[in-house]
Amino acid sequence: MLSDRDRIFTNLYGLHDWGLKGARARGDWDGTAAILARGRDALIEEVKASGLRGRGGAGFPTGVKWSFMPKQSDGRPSYLVVNADESEPGTCKDRDIIRNDPHKLLEGSLIAGFAMGAVAAYIYIRGEFYNEAMRLEAAVAECYEAGLLGRNAAGSGYDFDIFVHRGAGAYICGEETGLLESLEGKKGMPRLKPPFPAAVGLYGCPTTVNNVETIASVPEIIHRGGAWFSALGRPRNSGTKVFCISGHVEQPCNVEEEMGIPLRELIERHAGGVRGGWDNLLAVIPGGSSVPVLPKSVCDTVLMDFDSLRDVQSGLGTAAVIVMDRSTDIIKAIARLSKFYKHESCGQCTPCREGTGWLMRVMDRLVEGRAESGEIDTLDTVTRQIEGHTICALGDAAAWPVQGLIRHFRPVIEERITAFKRQGLPMAAE
Amino acid sequence: MADRPASDAAQPEHFAFDAESEAAIAKILAKYPPGRQASAVLPLLDLAQRQMSRATGSAWVPIAAMDVVAERLEMAPIRVYEVATFYLMFNKRPVGKFHLQLCTTTPCWLRGSDEVVAACRRLTGIQGWGETSEDGMFSMTEVECLGACVNAPILQVNDDFYEDMDVASTERLLQALRRGEVPPPGSMAGRQGSAPAGGLTTLIGASAAPSSAPSTTTSNATSSGAPGE
Repeated sequence: MLSDRDRIFTNLYGLHDWGLKGARARGDWDGTAAILARGRDALIEEVKASGLRGRGGAGFPTGVKWSFMPKQSDGRPSYLVVNADESEPGTCKDRDIIRNDPHKLLEGSLIAGFAMGAVAAYIYIRGEFYNEAMRLEAAVAECYEAGLLGRNAAGSGYDFDIFVHRGAGAYICGEETGLLESLEGKKGMPRLKPPFPAAVGLYGCPTTVNNVETIASVPEIIHRGGAWFSALGRPRNSGTKVFCISGHVEQPCNVEEEMGIPLRELIERHAGGVRGGWDNLLAVIPGGSSVPVLPKSVCDTVLMDFDSLRDVQSGLGTAAVIVMDRSTDIIKAIARLSKFYKHESCGQCTPCREGTGWLMRVMDRLVEGRAESGEIDTLDTVTRQIEGHTICALGDAAAWPVQGLIRHFRPVIEERITAFKRQGLPMAAE
Repeated sequence: MADRPASDAAQPEHFAFDAESEAAIAKILAKYPPGRQASAVLPLLDLAQRQMSRATGSAWVPIAAMDVVAERLEMAPIRVYEVATFYLMFNKRPVGKFHLQLCTTTPCWLRGSDEVVAACRRLTGIQGWGETSEDGMFSMTEVECLGACVNAPILQVNDDFYEDMDVASTERLLQALRRGEVPPPGSMAGRQGSAPAGGLTTLIGASAAPSSAPSTTTSNATSSGAPGE
């Protein structure tokens, strides 16, 4: 188990002062000017050496992402945009960082912004996090008051601003280009890539979009060194991670653990175990609603990191662990996610706009069993016609939960269909 | 449905930002570069909704307010309408004094959101989503994941999250709201934030000691072993 000494988010539960004084006592904003004095390249190399991969779901190496930003400005300013539009079902880690450890995010924004040559950071926080946004605004105000932001930020000689921008209730704005559109005052419809944001991002300027947890981890990584972080976890899957354990566990919670911790250990050590014991487990969605569900047989041994979960045809995603015990109607659990994606599709791409509605309607019938068994294959085929055929990954995210259900729980669906037929009720046409 | 603007009859003819809103607008516009004032469209629509709440007790954005935002930000009105209708948090028609926003997405559903929804229906008399109780006190909206899943189920009332809900706490909450009391938000089960209810498993005795400073902490090689064992 990860030692408390190696935890980054030491105020995850809000037991201590979130403000600047408390944050400083926990080691934040300590020698920030000296950190910046190391120079852009050295900081990017340190983050590369740490092996930090993006904590928003995709897992792209953070240092590499930063290195895509232009070294010399062509006259346009560069921006850091922090993605705090935390909306992936199951995920609630960034909320804790923002409300309880906001200064880690702000110091991280300055360091990251400096490393990529940005003039400012916009933190795009989901609109429903109103109280969290007020907390963050208050922390930003503390920083300006103390000279940590603005001109000559933290005495570094570097000018850097941070602005908090609230969203207004749209999951799609968590997609980085949808977020940029929204920040520019438009509907959050994702952009075609290329051009990538590092070339043409916010206001047409070079931009990097990073997740809250990613940025908030940076100061500690720089303080302790990339080698410290990369020594935790497993190769290519290094460091610590905030896991969100929800659903049918005795004690749902957020917890920062080492990457690669076995799923079973994570649940039993921190969440009080599965309700009714491990043998009462049916399935786990290991990384937020977008990743395929895993049956108990896989959960018994799987490790919680990017590569281990990819190897079992799922993903770490946001590390939101949704636990379902044997009382769960697994078809209904996944059908509710199909409804989610149908609701949140921006409507821009036909396969997603039409496909998510179609998936939802078929899934709703499967909950009842009002279907022919041949439709299961049709459903699977349709998910593959959505997947990979849309501008952004929402189409994929809608497809994967259904694919996971069919892959692991096909007999349950077939049983439901058979039971429905036995009742002799009329079949509605799709 | 809630997404459709209120009928013409319900739309006020005029809207103007009040002094409190104007003070906020100045601060908001300063966040964005010159010429990029359209970025302020979400914040200004939000301000309009808050002002309506102050002035009328109902938080919603009439079309007249969208027009004022468009003019202020030098945007075509249609650009503001399409933004106002794209984002769920803008109420296009009047809502009750307490806007009950119930998450029913899978993590909340697994923890009993159906029972919370049923309790809200029973206590408010509201049957369908997007409807308002006859006394104008409550509206009920089904929302997607609110991002507080380890404290599921969540019931958002106006700006506040009430967490770890069950039937009993829903009853207590709605009765208090009816009396005009707004209980402090957070866990209704009395636990600290997102910490496990049974007691901390990490950060035990976590003092305010610096977690990062001395180099002596960098040599923690013991935790680098293969965690899969």
